[in-house]
Amino acid sequence: MNRIISPKNAQKIMKTIFWASGILAILILLVIIGYIIIKGLPVMSLEFIFGEPIDSGRSGGIFPMIVSSIYVTLVAVLVATPLGVGAAIYLAEYAGENNLVRAIRFGTETLASIPSIIFGLFGLSFFVIFLGMGWSVLSGALTLAIMALPTILATAEVSIESVNKSYGEGSLALGATKWQTVYRVVLPAALPGITTGVILGMGRAVAEAAAILYTVGAALSIPISLFDPARPLPLHLYMLATEGISLENAYGTAAVLVILILLITIISNSLVDRYSKKMMGR
Amino acid sequence: MSKTNESLVEKGLLITAISSIILIALIILFIFWEGIPAMQSYGFFNFVFGMDWSPSDNQYGVFPMIIGSLAITGLSLLMAVPLGISCAIFLAEIAPNSMRQILRPTIQTLAGIPSVVYGFFGLIILVPFMRVQFGGTGFSMLTASIVLTVMILPIIVSVSEDAIRSVPYEYKEASLALGSTHWQTIKNVLFPAAIPGIITSVILGMGRAIGETLAIIMVAGNVVQIPGSIFDPVRALTSNIAIEMGYATGIHYNALFATGIVLMAMIIILLVIANYLHYKKKVTIGGGYL
Repeated sequence: MNRIISPKNAQKIMKTIFWASGILAILILLVIIGYIIIKGLPVMSLEFIFGEPIDSGRSGGIFPMIVSSIYVTLVAVLVATPLGVGAAIYLAEYAGENNLVRAIRFGTETLASIPSIIFGLFGLSFFVIFLGMGWSVLSGALTLAIMALPTILATAEVSIESVNKSYGEGSLALGATKWQTVYRVVLPAALPGITTGVILGMGRAVAEAAAILYTVGAALSIPISLFDPARPLPLHLYMLATEGISLENAYGTAAVLVILILLITIISNSLVDRYSKKMMGR
Repeated sequence: MSKTNESLVEKGLLITAISSIILIALIILFIFWEGIPAMQSYGFFNFVFGMDWSPSDNQYGVFPMIIGSLAITGLSLLMAVPLGISCAIFLAEIAPNSMRQILRPTIQTLAGIPSVVYGFFGLIILVPFMRVQFGGTGFSMLTASIVLTVMILPIIVSVSEDAIRSVPYEYKEASLALGSTHWQTIKNVLFPAAIPGIITSVILGMGRAIGETLAIIMVAGNVVQIPGSIFDPVRALTSNIAIEMGYATGIHYNALFATGIVLMAMIIILLVIANYLHYKKKVTIGGGYL
């Protein structure tokens, strides 16, 4: 026997390693979030959140950036949701298995895998220059919509498919048409799942900076019209940090972003929880 | 509702479904349209294998950046894969329920944190730390890889965990019934059975690492060179585009799109490999697959 470590000891050692790696992952998160929130919270006053930036962000607040983030994200989700949910309904309820469907799936998969900077390049050459939208909320939002589309589509498709088949059959048996069934029975049942997908898509859009670096502009004022340039939070943080403008305001901006993302994660998690409990209950 | 309305609805839905194909086609069309002129005028071979990138002298060789991207990605995989798989095994097999309820949201939150925040954290904590520990500027391939490790950890953990969980329970029971310890069961039964899914998770992590842009810019130093050691600064393909697009004009502008073509080619190769490995499982939580 050349076994130096007995199976029993090997078991103990490996269990320790697994525990350590799990705890390490938690520590990484705690350190990152903890550090940014501890450094950022003192900066996050009411004047910071509701104030205008002064001297290109050296001091003052980040209100225009918060508005930009919300504006761009909302427009992106408004565009991506109908497309994503529509496609999900088609794939889950209407399509069979044919070449077209396979192509659609491959397209969605590829879309989900493209690096965000490529979306940025596309947005710049297509929306900003070719369609002449300029550096604007609209150009940025449409670019982000393409990025959020696969997330929304995939989540919506899974939740539509997981609706109990007997619901639809019951509705059809009562004489409802296919669309009536989908619209009145299947979609309401799948709504929590679809909502989760939309929130996840929102999370992606809120966090993204590379894709909007060259599409949304970098204005420091509050965007009003769709064609105004804007500067969402991640972009602002990137500029503050890389151009060494203000470390303090960068901490504050990072903290606001992290808190936003935490909120989105908590909301989508509680939705998933409620949804899965409801499904189990039946 | 009449029959014609029904078919109208179906056609409408079909159009939304096709939108992703149209979008992909448009993206490829526009990236190539803007990028091909640079490859034509500078020469495809010179562009891809050229060693010098210096737009002011009309030199457009992206080879150092291809190596840069691959080096950063490889090094981060070296760290993220063992840690990620070990986390996944912990989640799927070892962790008690209470621990699982902490770790799973943790992984999810790590996936959701914006990449600029990771970059920012790397810039203010990791870069000074590396400077003190290893000398130099602190901006290096290693620093970028560490930041990337944290960023690709979530996808490796969640996809690997799924793979381990989906191994039939009978396999595990049979192994335990034969007298194996839990670790022997994991090592000899569960892990080999889950290997296709685990490889998929690694490919997905790789795709994310290659595509990451701003976080790398903030910590990698961005010097165009083939790194001689892990403490050397490097520039990735993605960084090249993001750094120079702000002021690029003429052929320089086209060359940056051509850089995008190279980047896309790398991603598509990965995607084809992933498809070849029959990956069907999609990760819907955590945002995106690759």
